[in-house]
Amino acid sequence: MTESNPADDLLPTPHTSVAVGEPLVVLTDVDKYFGDLHVLKNINLTVGRGEVVVVIGPSGSGKSTLCRSINRLETIQSGGIMIDGSPLPSEGKALARLRADVGMVFQQFNLFAHKTILENVTLGPVRVRRKSKQEARAHGMELLNRVGVGNQAEKYPAQLSGGQQQRVAIARALAMDPKVILFDEPTSALDPEMINEVLDVMIQLAQQGMTMIVVTHEMGFARTAADRVVFMADGEILEEAAPEAFFTSPTTARAKDFLSKILTH
Amino acid sequence: MGELADLITRYHVLLAFWMTVRLTTISALGALIIGTIVAVCRVSPVGVLRWFGAAYVNVIRNTPLTLIVFFFAFGVLNTLSISLADPHSPTSIADNNFRWGVVALSVYHASFVAESLRSGVNTVPLGQAEAARAIGLSFVPSLTEVILPQAFRGAIAPLGNTLVALTKNSTVVSTIGVAEIAYQMKNMIEFSPHLLYAIFLLVAICFVVLTLPVGAFFTYLSRRVAVQR
Repeated sequence: MTESNPADDLLPTPHTSVAVGEPLVVLTDVDKYFGDLHVLKNINLTVGRGEVVVVIGPSGSGKSTLCRSINRLETIQSGGIMIDGSPLPSEGKALARLRADVGMVFQQFNLFAHKTILENVTLGPVRVRRKSKQEARAHGMELLNRVGVGNQAEKYPAQLSGGQQQRVAIARALAMDPKVILFDEPTSALDPEMINEVLDVMIQLAQQGMTMIVVTHEMGFARTAADRVVFMADGEILEEAAPEAFFTSPTTARAKDFLSKILTH
Repeated sequence: MGELADLITRYHVLLAFWMTVRLTTISALGALIIGTIVAVCRVSPVGVLRWFGAAYVNVIRNTPLTLIVFFFAFGVLNTLSISLADPHSPTSIADNNFRWGVVALSVYHASFVAESLRSGVNTVPLGQAEAARAIGLSFVPSLTEVILPQAFRGAIAPLGNTLVALTKNSTVVSTIGVAEIAYQMKNMIEFSPHLLYAIFLLVAICFVVLTLPVGAFFTYLSRRVAVQR
């Protein structure tokens, strides 16, 4: 990508209350059911500030549900979720405030279809952060330039390629100056040749110290950018390890089986 | 032909036509406002509001318009004496009939507007609402900024249908003495029965002149503002 300059800083000054490495997202004994289906089984996970945690696992293992429950797009039946020291509110204004601090990037991008790219990026800052339109536009353009789509600012999402849309979605999340960003399979809906332009932006973010929880099938990204890999299967966390350790010597049979299937083609 | 032209001036057909236009536009605005509120109730997370929205649509949509018009004219205006016009004004009776007619038309067509909008809301993918919530918008701003603007675009064609129906249904208020086209048609037929077919044709043309462009405009609009996905 010639449009983006990897040396640029994507991140503003962090405003979290915990120091680097201190727990920012803490899940304790989380259980979730879809009807009779037990999709999250006693999940315990702590993500420190500045940490990049990659969640991998077979389809239906509950990794997307886990990701979505952290900003309460899915509700959990028992257990606790703490973000930056305070428990996840159950509804109303407090929940909206929390969500403003937790960025989310979806598999299907979910850009606001009736708004221009720039409006997508400025809506949150103006309506939620109460920034002035001018300030939001200036900051929004800066972010769009940094993810390499500044020249598309006045277009509508449907006029952009998938990779461009996903980079806009990342800029939209960054515009809120979030404490952590959740990525729910951000490259799974992309054509192969567009995956890297999105991963490049994510790697850049990771290197600049953004706290990230990334559900993905991109093992290359996990190796390059992750501080820790979490392996899930059937709603349980089976393994947690540094990427190198996990990929070279997984301990559970389930993980060995999974890796042998994805790494041997 | 001369006789018909005479009728048109004698029975103030142009004025009656203008009355139909006013009835239609004001009632359309009223129906849009009430209908939007009802539709928002129907998709809201609050159980009581959802119940109210569903009850409104089911009761009003399944009640004949004539009954609703009579309810407001005789039940509310005459019996309960709730007036919407200055009682000392010389046109007090006509004003009251017109205004309660508008209320009746608005209330009735709001149920169709609400259903059109709800179908519009269903054209908006769930991910749009999730993305709105994910950037910290609460229920009302995600509705006004993200869901409704897309829902209106998706609902334009059915809203156009409702407006065409409303235009023609406005003839029902002739029953409570609002001097619109159908009211004057009845008078003209009564006093010039030999021109029966010419009068029918005249009134039909009046409505076609109104509804045909409306239909064409809404079809154009629904293509023009459609949300690209």
